[in-house]
Amino acid sequence: MRRWLRRPAALIASGVVAAFVAVALAAPHLAPYDPIATDFRAVRKAPSGAHVLGTDEVGRDVLSRVIWGARASLLAGVIPVALALTVSIPLGLLSGYAGGWIDGLIMRLTDAMLAIPFLIVAIALAAFLGPSLTNAMLAIGIAALPTFLRLARGTVLALKTEEYVEAARALGCSHVRIAGRHIFPNMVAPLLIQSSLTVAAAVIAEASLSFLGLGQQPPAPSWGSMLNAAQRYLSQAPWIALYPGLVIFSLVMALNVLGDALRDALDPRYG
Amino acid sequence: MSLARFVARRIVVLVPTLFFVSVLIFSLQQLLPGDAALALAGEERDETAVAAIRARYHLDRPVVVQYAIWMGKVLRGDLGESLRSRLPVSELLASKLPVTLELAFASMLIALAIGIPAGVLSAARRGTVADLAANLVALSGLSVPHFWLGIMLILLFAVRLGWLPASGYVAPWENLGRNLTTILLPSIVLGTGVAGVMMRHTRGAMLQTLSADYVRTARAKSVPERLVILKHALRNALIPVITLGAIEFGRLLSGAVLTEQIFAIPGFGKLLVDGVFNRDYAVVQGVVLVSAGLYVLLNLLADVLYFVANPRLRG
Amino acid sequence: MRWPRPLTLVLALSLLLAVSPAGAQSVLRIGLNDDPDALDPTISRAYVGRLVFAGLCDKLFDVTPDLKIVPQLATGYEWAPDQRSVVLKLRSGVKFHDGEPLNAEAVKFNIEHHINTPGSFRKTEIGQIASVDVLNETTVRLNLSEPLVPLLAALTDRSGMMVSPKAARALGDKLGQKPVCAGPFRFVERVAQGKIVLEKFSDYWDKANIHIDRVEFVPITDSTARLASLRSGDLHMIERASPTDLPEIRGDSKLKVTGVPELGYQMIPLNVANGPRSKTLADARVRQAIDLAIDRETLVKTVFNNEYIPGNQWVSPSNYYYNAKLPVRPRDVARARQLLKEAGQPSLTFTLIVPPERDRQEAAQIIQAMLAEAGITMHLQTQENVTMLTNGRKGDFEAYFTFWSGRPDPDGNVFTQSTCKGAQNDSHYCNADLDALLTRARQVASPAERKKLYDAATEILVRDTPRLILWHRRVFTGTSARVQGFTPYPDGIIRFKGLKLN
Repeated sequence: MRRWLRRPAALIASGVVAAFVAVALAAPHLAPYDPIATDFRAVRKAPSGAHVLGTDEVGRDVLSRVIWGARASLLAGVIPVALALTVSIPLGLLSGYAGGWIDGLIMRLTDAMLAIPFLIVAIALAAFLGPSLTNAMLAIGIAALPTFLRLARGTVLALKTEEYVEAARALGCSHVRIAGRHIFPNMVAPLLIQSSLTVAAAVIAEASLSFLGLGQQPPAPSWGSMLNAAQRYLSQAPWIALYPGLVIFSLVMALNVLGDALRDALDPRYG
Repeated sequence: MSLARFVARRIVVLVPTLFFVSVLIFSLQQLLPGDAALALAGEERDETAVAAIRARYHLDRPVVVQYAIWMGKVLRGDLGESLRSRLPVSELLASKLPVTLELAFASMLIALAIGIPAGVLSAARRGTVADLAANLVALSGLSVPHFWLGIMLILLFAVRLGWLPASGYVAPWENLGRNLTTILLPSIVLGTGVAGVMMRHTRGAMLQTLSADYVRTARAKSVPERLVILKHALRNALIPVITLGAIEFGRLLSGAVLTEQIFAIPGFGKLLVDGVFNRDYAVVQGVVLVSAGLYVLLNLLADVLYFVANPRLRG
Repeated sequence: MRWPRPLTLVLALSLLLAVSPAGAQSVLRIGLNDDPDALDPTISRAYVGRLVFAGLCDKLFDVTPDLKIVPQLATGYEWAPDQRSVVLKLRSGVKFHDGEPLNAEAVKFNIEHHINTPGSFRKTEIGQIASVDVLNETTVRLNLSEPLVPLLAALTDRSGMMVSPKAARALGDKLGQKPVCAGPFRFVERVAQGKIVLEKFSDYWDKANIHIDRVEFVPITDSTARLASLRSGDLHMIERASPTDLPEIRGDSKLKVTGVPELGYQMIPLNVANGPRSKTLADARVRQAIDLAIDRETLVKTVFNNEYIPGNQWVSPSNYYYNAKLPVRPRDVARARQLLKEAGQPSLTFTLIVPPERDRQEAAQIIQAMLAEAGITMHLQTQENVTMLTNGRKGDFEAYFTFWSGRPDPDGNVFTQSTCKGAQNDSHYCNADLDALLTRARQVASPAERKKLYDAATEILVRDTPRLILWHRRVFTGTSARVQGFTPYPDGIIRFKGLKLN
């Protein structure tokens, strides 16, 4: 019964994510208008035949901007996670494997980073690096790092005492070989689960930073910056705020469902 | 291991963590671009006046010296003064803390009121439509961008219907009714997010306890199902949930940055964002230090709770 | 935190009981756009603080709505023939909030305090006062290091505010936490980012004209929230209302709104000669071309619902010193293209730095589209205000989007911005003729004479376009219908004289 209920959800979710990816890739062909072409003669027009979702505060087509905005959001979801992974895997291996003061140092730093809220770190970093999409992604990646690092190290610690690892060591395998051959493959599943959930969080984080004016810069479209611009016209032109939010919600929801499904499939503890 | 030893060990570990926190916080200040003295001067461009500001806040000294001065003061309980208003930072924090605490409490209340019943229901009726629905609600709470939900609620309840104020927070002792109406929408926004987390953990914990031996025994003794769930399973499942609640509460204390911004609630988040944009270093450092400190303490509390609740850990 | 002792509690309660029957007390609540900085006139910088000072601290002079200088704590002035000194006559019998007398000695103390305090922001305004002579109890003479007519205008703002010398000596740099001045209201308390409370000063020299018992200033940064509080009656007045708020205020019969042109202007400084990045826009024809490609009317209509005023000079079209012979030019794309061709930069590309603030972000995007129609590529780069201003000063920019808040005397809106060595001249535009005109205008007292000089200066500035001046805001003040006797001023500051709350 449960599997039957779960599977269609995961199926729909993958469909939604695939659709967003397709839209992002095919944006130039799908968008009815140039997403950054302003028309100062037609600002804040309500949805109509010509502009299905209306126009924004400087007369750009909202639908086209929503379509192109998928690129920024998807990139902002994937790149920070990739960044966090590339740093956390070697550092996690080092920390878990070496132990001692190296481990202590890395872990205390991780604790300290975890104590400072994610968004605050991201805001400060984005303000420091200068507002741009690239820097926002960098900031999100750094802010996501401690969770990944902890997870990677935890897996290493758990595996280090496993029999087959100890056996390999007894057989005289080098540390690098043990790490690469025996430990790394077992880190994949937990990191994959964490990644899929972090992609969802990163999409929201990008939107939040852009909302504060620290992410994607105008005129380039991003869902978060569209919401930022929309806030002051809430009573006059609510459609500018509605649609970007809806798409963020659908994408993040689909990503979360997918992450859950992945966890159910990969992690024996959640059968 | 005794409880005292456990706590002592955890506190020893905290010292380096807090040291790194202070270093990170201090580097945040160094990271922020632009000249704070110039930011403060605004339109005024008098070099001597700007230099006087730099000297007053030691901005002209080497970074290490600045850190030492700051740390020395912090250890004596002095968080410095706001560069902008010249008011003591501790006074600013003290006036914002009740606001943030109130918002966090109200949000937590909403989160618990939704999250726990939904979690219990979905675990008890595992695999049914109710389970699916509860999961969907929890996922929605986790997936919706808070700031957008806030905007939409303002649009609906304040702009369209005119039932609730969009903002204009007043302290409860000034006007309780107004206070509650202004705090309602932001607590819903924050509460729904936490409710999702609480629901999922309640569900997980319930599923574990429901398969435990003592529940099976109770069922075998044909104790009514309702009683089995509420009395035997839930009571034990609540321990990890409460532990988690403490951590989530810590997150709420500092995680309301955007929500406070949208509803113009004068709490920690607003203090922080204004501080970042005004380059009011002392304020930024003070807010982050206090919220990080609270977060660390709540984590410690959660660990202790967990330790107390799990006799097995005392090997 | 300390808990109140029982005795204090009893006292507080009895006080509360004693006060509460006086229900007739009129409390005026004003919504501010921002939390003020230190409430010490010597080190205050933020505009918003001036609204609070209007209640707390009287000044030597004030300005009228049409910017004439009128007496406040001083009753009159007389310039020496060479404009190198000025004698001020003081109002007699004026007291500070702590009961100290406001006499010539106090004025001397304040002027010297403004100039000598480390970190003072008044020094640039009145630093030319070389010495102050006390002639008698109610007369002082200010001796200047150079002739400077705009000095009096400085004394209508924070430089002219007088604090009690006794309090200033006792409190030192903590004065801002408990200011003691000679205005219509005395300081009661300040809850940081919460509110600032003032109450009527019973010994005020002009108390017959003060009809409010208590004033509370409440900073609310969010404009929607501010408006909501005005509509609900929690606030009686809001300063600098946003143009997007106006339809709602006008649609509410319980509210009124007034709008007067501001003293300042919104502008884009262009890098004329400040470091290596000045190459692109060094040619005046190129700057002219940019100017001609912008349709200011449409810009103001689109972004601000036509509530602001298109501008092209450093004062607004309604100002006495506006050069009427050089009105806002209509857009001329063909001429712009031609100028670019003549300058050898037919496909001009440059970058405009914009802070992450909605007004300027939207305007920048509209301007970008307008320039594109003239073949000009303008890239937009967002930088936070502070970063932008730091880069502006360093010359690390081609163009950036900023504003000048405005001063009542024309000198304050053009001298430091446009003279070769001016502190605000980030463009590093330098023209000896212009410097001569603007310096001369500081030395003549007759407005008609000054206008001739400023008209000539404006001609040079419009021709050379070191800065694109784009529009002037209107200062909108939203008031509840209960507020009577309110007169709007172009500086946006609310005067309490004659103000009533029904």
